[in-house]
Amino acid sequence: MSEVSTNELLMDCLQLVGQIMIESGAEVYRVENTMYHIANSQNIPDIQTYVTSTGILLTVGKTQSTRITPIARRITDLEKVARVNAVSRKLSAKSITLTQAYDELLTIQKTNYFLPIYLQVLAACIASGSFLIMFGGIWQDFFAAFIAGGMGFLTYLIAHDLTRVRFFSEFTASLVVGLLAYLAVHLQLGSELDKIIIGSVMPLVPGLPITIAVRDLMSGHLVSGLAKGAETVLTAFAIGSGIAVVLSF
Amino acid sequence: MDYIIQIIVSFIATACFGIIFNVPIKRVFFCGIVGAMGWIVYYVSIQREIDPVQASFLGAFAVAIAAHVLAKKYKTPMIVFNVSGIIPLVPGGIAYNAMRSAVENDYLVSIQYGFKAFMISGAIAMGLAFAEVLMQLIFKARDSGRSRFQHVRKKHKRLL
Repeated sequence: MSEVSTNELLMDCLQLVGQIMIESGAEVYRVENTMYHIANSQNIPDIQTYVTSTGILLTVGKTQSTRITPIARRITDLEKVARVNAVSRKLSAKSITLTQAYDELLTIQKTNYFLPIYLQVLAACIASGSFLIMFGGIWQDFFAAFIAGGMGFLTYLIAHDLTRVRFFSEFTASLVVGLLAYLAVHLQLGSELDKIIIGSVMPLVPGLPITIAVRDLMSGHLVSGLAKGAETVLTAFAIGSGIAVVLSF
Repeated sequence: MDYIIQIIVSFIATACFGIIFNVPIKRVFFCGIVGAMGWIVYYVSIQREIDPVQASFLGAFAVAIAAHVLAKKYKTPMIVFNVSGIIPLVPGGIAYNAMRSAVENDYLVSIQYGFKAFMISGAIAMGLAFAEVLMQLIFKARDSGRSRFQHVRKKHKRLL
């Protein structure tokens, strides 16, 4: 294979790696590090990257053109991050070739690794109930938080699927949580409204953006850090306003 | 008994969060362990009447240390382990109180709660960052076979 076409394949690979990792919620430092490792494994250490959480710029060598990848949607899918990381490790250990790696990356991009929705909702149910106990709630309220948390998370998934607007889906979900908690207390299935709401809202909390924002800011990627921070604040605000609507009646 | 219940419940809660974040299914168990460690450090600190801000710092520190060790051991990105562990430390209750006071037109109290939530978030960030720096120093020292301080001392000797 000639040098140019190897470089083209490498760029395709790096672009795909960056896109999958940023879309699944990896931090900038890890994405850039993975890219350098892959390039090094192909004996092309001379690459320049500029990765942010909304787009990637990438150049290999001095003569080739620069590639740009815009990124519009970001979800939390840590399995994809781990799998891409494994591919990069295999490349570094020279146990697969670049072509094989590219095929694997394409498969990773296309496959949906999420568990079935009923399992995710069940996990949200159990998590909400457990958080109720952790925040000092009583066992009698467990059932109310179990239902409210699960239904809230289900609403979030459905609304996000329909509208693709994260702010709106989180607002609707926390509205549902608030209403169900209020209903539970009204029907005397639960006693402490505050604790039930706090526990059931937890599955909506933007855990990944918080962690990533801190790590990006600390490693000097200020643009991505601030972007993630803004995402966190917006989400928190959406959840808060959904609850506020219920509380104000 | 109370501590045992808290450990079990926090283990279950953070493992469930691992499922929501789609952590590789083999690692969900370790997510639970990291989360339970962070929460029990936080919970014990709160029971000893340490301020929530410091307690959150300690909890986040414990989570990050545990996540780093596991990430090195299983050669998996660190966020796989620490994301769900951080969740219990997030000041949800205080943010809720801030929102509630704001809705009741009690803005002064709302700002108090809001600032407290802000401080706790900052403490969590500091805990994560400190643990990261510490672990990097330790791993660097282990990998190069000598600590930074020995290196400095050697240089110093030559100067003398």
